[in-house]
Amino acid sequence: MSLVTRAPAHSPEVDSRAARRGALYVAEYRLRSMWKWRRSIITDGLGNPILYLTSIGLGVGSLVNANLGPTGIDGVPYLVFLAPALITAAAMQGVMNEIMFPTLAGFLWDKGFFAMRATPISGGQIADGLLLAASARIVFTSVVYWLVLLAFGAVGWSSALTLIPVAILAGISWGAAMLAATANVKDDSGFISLVMRIVIMPMFLFSGTFYPLSTLPIAVQWIGWISPLWHATELGRWLSYGMAMPPWQVAISLAYLIALGVLGLILARRRFERRLTS
Amino acid sequence: MITQLIATSAAVEIAERRGTYPGAGVYAGRPHAVMQRAFIALKTSNMLAFLTGFVEPVLFLLAFGYGLGGLVGGIDAQGQDLSYAAFIAPALLASSAMNGAIFDSTYNVYFKMHYGRIYQGMLSTSLGPLDVALGEIGWAMLRGATYAVGFMSVTAVFGLVPTWWALLTIPAAVLIAFAFSAIGMAFTSYMTSFQQLNWLNFWLLPMFLFSGTFFPISSYPGWLQPVIEVTPLAQAVEMVRSIWFGQFDLGLAVNILYFVAISVVGASLTTRRLTALFLR
Amino acid sequence: MISANGLTKRYGDFTAVDGIDFEVARGESFGILGPNGAGKSTTMRMIAATLLRTSGDLTILGKDPSREGPAIRAHLGVVPQQDNNDAELTVRENLYVYGRYFGLPRSYLKPRIEELLAFAQLEDKRDTKIDALSGGMKRRLTIARGLINDPEILMLDEPTTGLDPQARHILWDRLFRLKEDGATLVVTTHHMDEAEQLCDRLVVMDRGHVVAEGTPASLIREYASKEVVEVRFGSDRNAEIAPLIADIGERAEILPDRILIYTEAGEESLQAIVARGFSPVTSLVRRSSLEDVFLRLTGRTLEDE
Ligand SMILES: Nc1ncnc2c1ncn2[C@@H]1O[C@H](COP(=O)(O)OP(=O)(O)O)[C@@H](O)[C@H]1O
Ligand SMILES: [Mg+2]
Repeated sequence: MSLVTRAPAHSPEVDSRAARRGALYVAEYRLRSMWKWRRSIITDGLGNPILYLTSIGLGVGSLVNANLGPTGIDGVPYLVFLAPALITAAAMQGVMNEIMFPTLAGFLWDKGFFAMRATPISGGQIADGLLLAASARIVFTSVVYWLVLLAFGAVGWSSALTLIPVAILAGISWGAAMLAATANVKDDSGFISLVMRIVIMPMFLFSGTFYPLSTLPIAVQWIGWISPLWHATELGRWLSYGMAMPPWQVAISLAYLIALGVLGLILARRRFERRLTS
Repeated sequence: MITQLIATSAAVEIAERRGTYPGAGVYAGRPHAVMQRAFIALKTSNMLAFLTGFVEPVLFLLAFGYGLGGLVGGIDAQGQDLSYAAFIAPALLASSAMNGAIFDSTYNVYFKMHYGRIYQGMLSTSLGPLDVALGEIGWAMLRGATYAVGFMSVTAVFGLVPTWWALLTIPAAVLIAFAFSAIGMAFTSYMTSFQQLNWLNFWLLPMFLFSGTFFPISSYPGWLQPVIEVTPLAQAVEMVRSIWFGQFDLGLAVNILYFVAISVVGASLTTRRLTALFLR
Repeated sequence: MISANGLTKRYGDFTAVDGIDFEVARGESFGILGPNGAGKSTTMRMIAATLLRTSGDLTILGKDPSREGPAIRAHLGVVPQQDNNDAELTVRENLYVYGRYFGLPRSYLKPRIEELLAFAQLEDKRDTKIDALSGGMKRRLTIARGLINDPEILMLDEPTTGLDPQARHILWDRLFRLKEDGATLVVTTHHMDEAEQLCDRLVVMDRGHVVAEGTPASLIREYASKEVVEVRFGSDRNAEIAPLIADIGERAEILPDRILIYTEAGEESLQAIVARGFSPVTSLVRRSSLEDVFLRLTGRTLEDE
């Protein structure tokens, strides 16, 4: 047997195309492997909002409403109060799967990144591609979540163009931050459960998600202030039902989310390139 | 060599002594050897990941019991007027027993089965499949029960433990953890890909949210209540809650039987499956 | 110690081992030689009481593996084709835990582990985790582990496949010592040099059947000539030239990449080929081996899939 298929002629044009579009090739590869998980992504995307909204939103909500009256928090029902927090939390959680697992796999489990780096693709482009593919998942999760919220009457039509973008922004900047963090992991034993328990869980529980941050003792309110989930939730509540929020706070929250994303991606790119070439 | 003499006699003698018992082909009476392996592996693994397992239910207690509790106020349950924290504390204990047990008996077992080839190694010694099943289930049980005990100490510090009867929730947590690890390991042994295993979350999250953990089952419509009540975590929550508040009745006996039955079914399915996978 | 009669294993419709017979005596080093897929591992696993046979008789130390699995396994040391050391444990812990599976007491295991670490040349790796070991070290650890219960029979499934030549020689040396100590070994391999080195007696397996049985020397005497001439004329011309030179030796085999001429005197035969006006690209005269026996019996080489 002999090999007869020849590659298209090497030319400066072909070579530079690979170098330019590296991130897209990586994203394509990631989307193909996410496609194998489509059933679980869809189930998760639909199941998560339905479960949380019925159990906490309606179930616990009925206890809250019985205690405080139907407009006890910020002048809205508990479900409406909860909705912006849940959609951003879901966007941020969904991105974890698409960032942490492939990054650990690429550096440690199957070392796929090293194979990619042996082609014209750069380390930075691998990081970009991963985040790009993860963003697709964020968009999907956020839109589906919003539709379920709408069906539950937890948000109005007008929030489509405001609440969904906030959730997507939160997801992407959190994804970038996780990308930078995971790229440093050398020993993965217990890493994922550790992140879940000492970062994700506390953030989910203490960011004013289920109750206003101000109900917490001041000693633990700082968890909210540094938490991107809290900033995104505040923006979401302001946009969704007009929670009072001074303009300077809007500016800070927005700037915080953007800065987290940009900084995360810069660090991730640098870390990827360095780790794959040393 | 003297050491060789001991060896030949010990391993062979044990195996042959047991050889006369019924079931000698599946059980060699040494699940503790499998548990000992898990213990040694734990020492060399990431202790932090193990220790932080205690933290999770405590976080839920703080956030929901105290944070959300401020919005909920009191709740009428178990025939008393309870603070919200007091209401969810026993339920969180039940679910921490479940979570600890499930973690070791699903993801960890899946890994050992498909990547580590650990059971293949065990089953080429004189261990039988029932030893391996009981050893692994027993280990996961220990983990779940440890978390439950840890959580209980925290609730005691917060003054949420009403009576001394609550100490009896520890054996209850052991039973719950054993049952969940048995069924978790049985489930895992039938999974052939990571994707399939991931469907576990599909069951765990709704159980956690709907088992009367955060609000009483009586708030569901009448037709739905019995459906919820037969699910394992709802049974566990009900069992722990009634012991916690010192209410011993027929319902409790039903709960106990329920978990004994699950344990037996889980352990025998696991044994059958291990036999089919590694000894056929 | 082991006796198989009409031993058969079927996976669904596929018969992996098809009615094979053999006996292994105490102190013997018994080999199963065959290409990939011949049914060697399947046979080994049936002997190790980790795979049930479909039909036929099999007794190990007088016991039936389908009923007395644990009691048989207590006497065996098993080195599977793929290492399955416990990656969560260190080298020493692997040996200790494995010994505990057999129910062996600590007082025995402590000195035994030291002996085995020395035997496997892993003394300075005792506290290393498995991931950090080289392929050869992992293999030696698996063998040491198989010896933890001082087994009456040590089963080695392709002990050196995939190792580099140096690591193979270290391993052969260790196995040779066991043999000298009078251990009973059952070894599978698709390397004829390994079979020639380690086995007193062997069966040649192909597609689930035993196609020949004997000592390495007797098999070579029976199925091959004294020497072999290997000549290559390039992929396209081998088949074309073969008929023109086949009569030079006793027998010829045509492989895609070379022609083998079986003969009593290799150098002379090679000269005869050249004398007929054919000049091979490369040529080699060597003593014949079990590879040639296998080729004779099956028409295929051992490395063929
Ligand atoms: N569990 C199994 N199910 C189906 N077929 C199998 C199984 N194990 C082995 N086989 C098949 O049986 C044949 C013999 O395999 P094996 O005993 O591993 O051969 P060897 O060890 O000689 O390479 C192969 O064709 C293999 O594909
Ligand atoms: Mg094999």
